[in-house]
Amino acid sequence: MPPVAERALDLRADFPIFARGPGQAPLIYLDSGATSQKPRVVIDALADHLRSDNANVHRGVYPLAQRADAAFEHARERIAALTGAEPRTTIFTKNATEAINLVAYAWGRANVGPGDAVLITQMEHHANIVPWQVLCRERGATLRYLELDQRGELSLAALDGELARGNVKLVAFAHVSNVLGTINPVAEMAARVRAAGAVSLIDGAQAVPQMPVDVERIGADFYAWTGHKALGPTGIGVLHGRAELLDQMPPFLTGGDMIASVDFDGASWNELPFKFEAGTPMVAEAVGLAAAADYLAGVGMDRVREHELALTGYLLEGLSGVPGLRVVGPPEAASRGALASFTIEGLHPHDIAELLGREGVCVRAGHHCAQPLMRCLGVGATARASLGVYNERADIDALITALEHSREIFGL
Amino acid sequence: MDDLYRDYILEHYKRPQNFGELDPHDLEALEHNPLCGDELGVHIRVRDGRIEDLRFHGHGCAISQASASIASEELKGMSLAEVGELDADWMIELLGIPVSATRRKCALLNLKVVRGAVTGDNAWPS
Repeated sequence: MPPVAERALDLRADFPIFARGPGQAPLIYLDSGATSQKPRVVIDALADHLRSDNANVHRGVYPLAQRADAAFEHARERIAALTGAEPRTTIFTKNATEAINLVAYAWGRANVGPGDAVLITQMEHHANIVPWQVLCRERGATLRYLELDQRGELSLAALDGELARGNVKLVAFAHVSNVLGTINPVAEMAARVRAAGAVSLIDGAQAVPQMPVDVERIGADFYAWTGHKALGPTGIGVLHGRAELLDQMPPFLTGGDMIASVDFDGASWNELPFKFEAGTPMVAEAVGLAAAADYLAGVGMDRVREHELALTGYLLEGLSGVPGLRVVGPPEAASRGALASFTIEGLHPHDIAELLGREGVCVRAGHHCAQPLMRCLGVGATARASLGVYNERADIDALITALEHSREIFGL
Repeated sequence: MDDLYRDYILEHYKRPQNFGELDPHDLEALEHNPLCGDELGVHIRVRDGRIEDLRFHGHGCAISQASASIASEELKGMSLAEVGELDADWMIELLGIPVSATRRKCALLNLKVVRGAVTGDNAWPS
């Protein structure tokens, strides 16, 4: 029998999107890896802020503006607390992609030059590949890829070998793969990168929503994640950076709010984190994401992980009973995040997603913004079921039933 | 009977016509569907300004593979000028199933690659 969480979470009622009218088919949402659904507290926090506390920040002296200021900085404290980070080194960006680009532009262009190398892995999302390709091409540096093993995992020995080749300035890697589900040993990797004199950047977009993350304990130099996958709104991402690095870096985007002073000949930069937040920031989104952070902290990230780990075991067992189905990535639930990407012999992933969609089952199909990884796996596309705090065993039962129907329609 | 995955669509998907390589060939093109990573290429042999023979190769969903298979028989014998005039409606009508907005790209991938090979226009159908 697959593991059952000792205290399975029962949170679905907190998420208005799952409320169904009479005769409405249930929503079986298995695409949280793309974006999460939002609890009522997040929707309300966003709306309440816009309704009652809205003013621009860092400018006004009237009481409403002061309330907006307080709401924004209080939000930053709560968001930083979710990942064990300091507010001063917690920078708001548009999304995880922009957070990675911030490092590639501001840190990369000041620190990576001809003959240097940037090391990434074969399992990265395009967001953690393309900025480094562009940087390396522009600076005459080399981009190298850490290879995966048969299980879809990285090897620390292989990392040591790559670092020993020398000249590696930065190593960027996912905390949890959005395709394989692989959970990387990020603390061990960051320590090795540090010991080799290089800087680490971790893409935590898939990790923060589903497991306890402590950026201090991990020892990452940079850690990027995004709000909308972590029960928050779209339009806000987070970059945690080590203070010494952020202090030395030139700004990324320039304009209002990120300056200390401007005269006709030049400008000086504001203190952290504002140096990296040009223009009016995402105030309402920060308030919404803070509500999401509070919600997750209230449930407890240990319990979130326990719940999703048990469901992942149930998902893998269910999928293993579908003829012709192959799951990519580590075989056992404990080694992976709460998702499973798979192919079915004779049934293309796009057709799977179309047929499941008709039964109210939402899964993603395609290359999941990881085309190099798809080539390593020898597939053009996969279908992916990914879980959130609101999922239950019944969702997975519905998925397996819909997969069986799909096979029948295709005469398999 | 499924509206989209009709028997003849599945039949073309499972046993596509005119798939493989064609050597020698006069024209070729390769296109990707960036949304799903599907890939479809074509080899075309031309005689007297007409498509004498063609073969598709690549991988894709039932809709894109069946579209290519169904179109392949119609394209044989067509003049290159006629191919350049073919539009999305021609393909959708030929396919004979209701295609949603998201699957339209799948249905049109083969015409995109054939038009690319014949006219050099890679921007179609945008």
